[in-house]
Amino acid sequence: MILQCGILFAFLAVGELIVAVTGVPVPSSIIGMLLLTASLKARIINIHRVDRIADFLVRNLGFFFVPAGVGLMKCLDIIKGDWLPIVAATVVSTFIIIAVTGWVHQYTRRITSASSNKSSKHNNGTAD
Amino acid sequence: MELLTNKYFLIALTFCVYVGTQLLQRRTGIKLLNPILLSIAILICVLMGAGIDYETYSEGGEYIDFWLKPAVVALGVPLYRQLEAIKKQMLPLLAAELAGCVAGVVSVVIVADLLGASREVVMSLAPKAVTTPIAMEISAATGGIPSLTAAVVVCTGIFGGMAGFSMVRLSRVRSQIATGLSIGTASHAVGTAAAMERSERYGAFSSLGLTLNGLLTALLAPFILSLIGYY
Repeated sequence: MILQCGILFAFLAVGELIVAVTGVPVPSSIIGMLLLTASLKARIINIHRVDRIADFLVRNLGFFFVPAGVGLMKCLDIIKGDWLPIVAATVVSTFIIIAVTGWVHQYTRRITSASSNKSSKHNNGTAD
Repeated sequence: MELLTNKYFLIALTFCVYVGTQLLQRRTGIKLLNPILLSIAILICVLMGAGIDYETYSEGGEYIDFWLKPAVVALGVPLYRQLEAIKKQMLPLLAAELAGCVAGVVSVVIVADLLGASREVVMSLAPKAVTTPIAMEISAATGGIPSLTAAVVVCTGIFGGMAGFSMVRLSRVRSQIATGLSIGTASHAVGTAAAMERSERYGAFSSLGLTLNGLLTALLAPFILSLIGYY
């Protein structure tokens, strides 16, 4: 478990280093995540060397957001003044993002799989 | 009162409240009793009732907050496990993300503006779908209030985690991949936590959604805002 933790933090540290050196406006954790995926793919790291700590953290991801959420109490005054636009815009926009992302994915997937399966007549024949 | 402001006490309190709310949700089976949302609400009430300010709570809370970054790195593992599926449909994934990113920024800005929010609040809301550090950067760069953005980002995540699957059903999206992707795009890591609870496949595509939307929003948000005349 210590080794697993060490590997995870090593990727985070490399992410921090890349941000510090290049100044890219991307969080170090996201860079660390992409590097971890790439290293697993390239077989530089065996998945069994990180999976226990990673699965533990990922399964309990929600808990780690609680203190950030408690930070809401700092902005209660601003929210009180503009609560309706904030709530309405958040709800409407969340729904729009989910619908648009889902639709575009399904639609483009149908087109791309139809063009790659043109030879097979019974499969995806109705897509276009 | 001394004990209440001790950071170890505050950490223990956070754990206990979370475990309690998790138990409550499991026992009652009511999806609406989201442990993250309930824990935040209970903790805010307790702190305000006891007259403890956020800075004092933070002295304990930051040790829990600290694990957010390694937890996001850990999302690389489920992402790796779905890599084959991702490679097979690079184009649909990118097209969906681009559409979701633009739709998200434009819709939140227009609705908030129409309902009369101040310019500062509108700018604070614009990047609300992406993960906190990216959202706060964008908010600061475009004239929003970063601390308000952080609060709205967490609320968006909780809302997406609670209502996301119903919204997917409502919009008649059926594929598992599109479902996970949409939830991660709309509600970043908090939504991903909820998606992970359903299945690792949902969770992995949700991680992909939060990553791609985070990157695209960081790159495009100022451009989109200026294009529709807000920045």
